[in-house]
Amino acid sequence: MTWSEMQPLLTQGTIDTLYMVLWSTLVTVAGGLPLGVLLVLTDKGGLLQNTVVNKVVGVIVNIGRSLPFIILLIALIPFTTWVVGTFIGPSAMIVPLAVGAIPFFARLVETAVREVDHGLVEAVQSMGGSIPTIIRKVLLPQALPSLVSAVTTTVIVLIGYSAMAGAVGGEGLGSKAVTYGFQRFDNQFMLITVALLILIVTVIQLIGDGAVRLLARRGRTSS
Amino acid sequence: MITTSGLTKVYQSRGREVTALDGVDLHVREGEVYGVIGQSGAGKSSLIRCVNLLERPTSGTVTVAGQDLTALAGRGRRAGQELRRARSRIGMVFQHFNLLDSRTVRDNVELPLEILGVSGRERTRKALELLDLVGLADKAKAYPGQLSGGQKQRVGIARALAGDPKVLLSDEATSALDPETTRSILQLLRDLNQELGLTVLLITHEMDVVKTVCDSAALMRRGRVVESGTVGTLLATPGSELAHALFPVGGTASGPGRTVVDVTFHGDAAARPVISQLSRTYNIDISILGAAMDTVGGRQIGRMRIELPGRFEENVVPIGFLREQGLQAEIVGGEPAGATGIPAPVSAPLTEEVAK
Repeated sequence: MTWSEMQPLLTQGTIDTLYMVLWSTLVTVAGGLPLGVLLVLTDKGGLLQNTVVNKVVGVIVNIGRSLPFIILLIALIPFTTWVVGTFIGPSAMIVPLAVGAIPFFARLVETAVREVDHGLVEAVQSMGGSIPTIIRKVLLPQALPSLVSAVTTTVIVLIGYSAMAGAVGGEGLGSKAVTYGFQRFDNQFMLITVALLILIVTVIQLIGDGAVRLLARRGRTSS
Repeated sequence: MITTSGLTKVYQSRGREVTALDGVDLHVREGEVYGVIGQSGAGKSSLIRCVNLLERPTSGTVTVAGQDLTALAGRGRRAGQELRRARSRIGMVFQHFNLLDSRTVRDNVELPLEILGVSGRERTRKALELLDLVGLADKAKAYPGQLSGGQKQRVGIARALAGDPKVLLSDEATSALDPETTRSILQLLRDLNQELGLTVLLITHEMDVVKTVCDSAALMRRGRVVESGTVGTLLATPGSELAHALFPVGGTASGPGRTVVDVTFHGDAAARPVISQLSRTYNIDISILGAAMDTVGGRQIGRMRIELPGRFEENVVPIGFLREQGLQAEIVGGEPAGATGIPAPVSAPLTEEVAK
């Protein structure tokens, strides 16, 4: 394959990958953030201690975490079809990607929020702050650097997942690598796809790390 | 201003019950600084957290400014709206300051005002005014990470005052600070107490803190209040542990045949130069073995250990003089039995000398 043949494939692949990753990240954050906070609040000694809710959410999250993504992808086909109307194409892939990443992200959120000093929660309680206030003004802002770092990790996991999605009818770089690199034994194309994926992951990691550094520097050393 | 009655807190820990508070009755009067002292594990921390219901007492009641907070308590661990409103009128400062390091100093002070729903411009005005009050007007834009411990605690105090509280709870506020900073923070608390009429309940494990700022004190041990009262009352209580700890006096008799007396100064008597009067009236030489005096509110209070020449029997009259002046005089080593004012039989000292 010549470069002029490869270029449109790679461009389209990259656009599809970024499209899937972007939207599934948004859905993952929207779903995983409340779930992670809920896990902390309902835990023993938490502000909303509730063993039943905590256990049920914990089990669901663990099931989601332990299923290999490729299995989840196939198992979710009826659900995806029900939500999007089809299970093929980048838009349809957002569903299994988000479902696969939400439990993962929820655990990362849980860890990040749990690390917030309980003294701060106590201080806001002593001011008469309600639980939503505590979440909004203490838990999330104080955990922000860790949360940004969790989002970065999740985006990178989603890039990996999205490549797998290529095998089951999704589009993107993964699908292009399978079709052209693997099925047509085009090693050169395969290498370029790999390099492109590495580049995307590196750039995202750098942006994420930079954001975390910026947030963490705020207030801790002289600005 | 703050009254707790029969306050009990029992923690369940792996099937075992730990009693942190065991029927605590505390009464803090309006406008006073009240110190609760005790070793770690004595229940001080649980006590102060029960006052604003951060910890729910197992039984007993807490009344702050005439409002029974225990009656407002919501279900379970959640605080109902009324309890939250009551809490916003009770300021609290913490040992580790508990400032949000993601917010500037000013934003930290604004936080309680945000919770109270105060508008933006009013919040800023109030926060700057409070920072000025605690002497940190120039640090409004700094982050807590850039401040020293003492400055952080000043921010903590400014924040605690944002809701115009009548009551300030201080949870070991100076325990993480060095002695000099501790003094300046205590001075600030004292000033606020006097200027704003703020009632302060503080817990500490440092006797110095109680000595420096407290009008009243309570000693806690194993979840119970062992002693309590105003510093004056405590001093006037013979054998009070707190009085001894607050005003420790040492020194032993310089020789046999001398009388060692601990004199406690409090009330009006402390204003008069009693010791020199005693010396002049009875023409006796008085040695001071040790003394712990303090001037609180323009009055001298404290204890002094003095030595009078001669045995107790020879000093009955001078000791009587001290007691007449309204001072408390305790004979170190105890008064000989039945010797209150009446000279003891001559045989007693003789047998003592024979025994030697």
